[in-house]
Amino acid sequence: MQTVKMVVTGPFNAGKTSFIGAVSEIPVVRTERKISDDTRAVKDSTTVAMDFGRITVDQDLVLYLFGTPGQKRFDFMWEILSEGMLGFVVLVDSARPETFREARSILDTFRGYSNTPFIVAANKQDDEDAWPPDDLRIAMSLDENVRVLPCVSGDKNSVKSILVQLLEVILEYLPEESAAKSIK
Amino acid sequence: MALKGNLRDVGLNQLLNLIHLARKTGALSVQNDNGGGNARLYFREGKLIYAALDGQETRLTDMMVKIGKLNPDQVAAIRQRAQVDTDKALGLAMIQTGILTQADIVQGVKNYLLETVYQLLTWAGGVFIFEPNHAPAEERITVPINLDHLIIEGGRRVREFEKLREELPDLDVPLKFTERQDANLRNINLSVDQWKIISFINSRNTIRQIASYLKVDEFQIRRIVNGLQQAGLVELGTTPRVPVPVTVGTAYPSPSAPNVGRGVLLRVMDRLRGL
Ligand SMILES: Nc1nc2c(ncn2[C@@H]2O[C@H](COP(=O)(O)OP(=O)(O)OP(=O)(O)O)[C@@H](O)[C@H]2O)c(=O)[nH]1
Ligand SMILES: [Mg+2]
Repeated sequence: MQTVKMVVTGPFNAGKTSFIGAVSEIPVVRTERKISDDTRAVKDSTTVAMDFGRITVDQDLVLYLFGTPGQKRFDFMWEILSEGMLGFVVLVDSARPETFREARSILDTFRGYSNTPFIVAANKQDDEDAWPPDDLRIAMSLDENVRVLPCVSGDKNSVKSILVQLLEVILEYLPEESAAKSIK
Repeated sequence: MALKGNLRDVGLNQLLNLIHLARKTGALSVQNDNGGGNARLYFREGKLIYAALDGQETRLTDMMVKIGKLNPDQVAAIRQRAQVDTDKALGLAMIQTGILTQADIVQGVKNYLLETVYQLLTWAGGVFIFEPNHAPAEERITVPINLDHLIIEGGRRVREFEKLREELPDLDVPLKFTERQDANLRNINLSVDQWKIISFINSRNTIRQIASYLKVDEFQIRRIVNGLQQAGLVELGTTPRVPVPVTVGTAYPSPSAPNVGRGVLLRVMDRLRGL
């Protein structure tokens, strides 16, 4: 049995759990942990949630979706979760510009872990205050070649389309097998 | 779809960049967080064309007075001469009476718009909304200004402002005169602004309060106080200081590329498509 995984990350409340829940064949597993962080003596404990969803591809292939905790100070969790991922989705609550900067910083952190492909999903496009993907791209100072896609996490088709497009990007990045052979 | 947010999160320069790149047309309204008024900037196809402060569309005559091109007597004379009280009629009267040329007026409006934006750049926070396709009143004189230069100059000012803010992080402290009796002090030339501040120095007035009495913005007050500090004239009074949290950079491990073949990815793709 082979397993592959993709990671869904983004700031607190961006819609990560809803995103995974929309396509997972099992109810999203949420794990909660207590964390003590001596750099923040003010807050003595907090809850870290890691979402976990599954899509069975066929008899011997399973896709796992991992949702990261949103807060930057739990980035030690991010690194563990990002280990071996095919790619990742940065979910952004498009109606909350106060989170754009953080989303950008999460994106940069993940790129620091691994140079796997990613896409940015401008979530909550059904919210009337949502910034359109193109404006979000500029606000987050994203390169033109980064895919910034509209998304509604509760909607299975929307989530499916994001994952399919992430796979497309992953395929683009994969070295052409036949081409590699012919060079040798 | 209106863009909404707060300048704390998406800075004005960033917004200008967005408007510039996306060649947007509409009005950007900003409400200062600290009750410091409101402003409305109008754009056409990515260019700044008009600005209004504090809920009123600033009249051409007021703009010219504010930037020192006209004095109030001249304004009265022009008002009398203009048949109708519209900016376009007033502008025409200015040209006809020979007080200003058309070029003067265009330059004047331009300077006024730039000053307004530079002032907005010093706002630390403010709720904003961009409403597409809103335009200023028909009779206003608009001057299109390219945003690229404005953004560069804006960036420079923001950096200067940030530097000043680092040097004087807290405006809620009083100022005091330097205690050392330095003979050099006799030869210092103070600007009018510096004098005004000097007259407010006592142990009770904080810098912020002085700024609000004198109606100068944060950028200006920091600049003036900085000048006074450099001259060795004033020092900051004492208030308890909160230590600034220090963030530490993270070292990233080397990338670990996923080791799967195209076949596996295509199977996943098929499955996802069939969901
Ligand atoms: N309108 C709208 N609301 C959404 C969408 N996606 C998620 N939400 C709502 O946003 C809130 C947060 O969603 P979650 O899925 O819990 O977000 P999360 O990123 O997992 O949040 P944390 O794990 O707490 O960081 C919930 O109230 C969702 O119902 C969407 O596409 N549109
Ligand atoms: Mg969650």
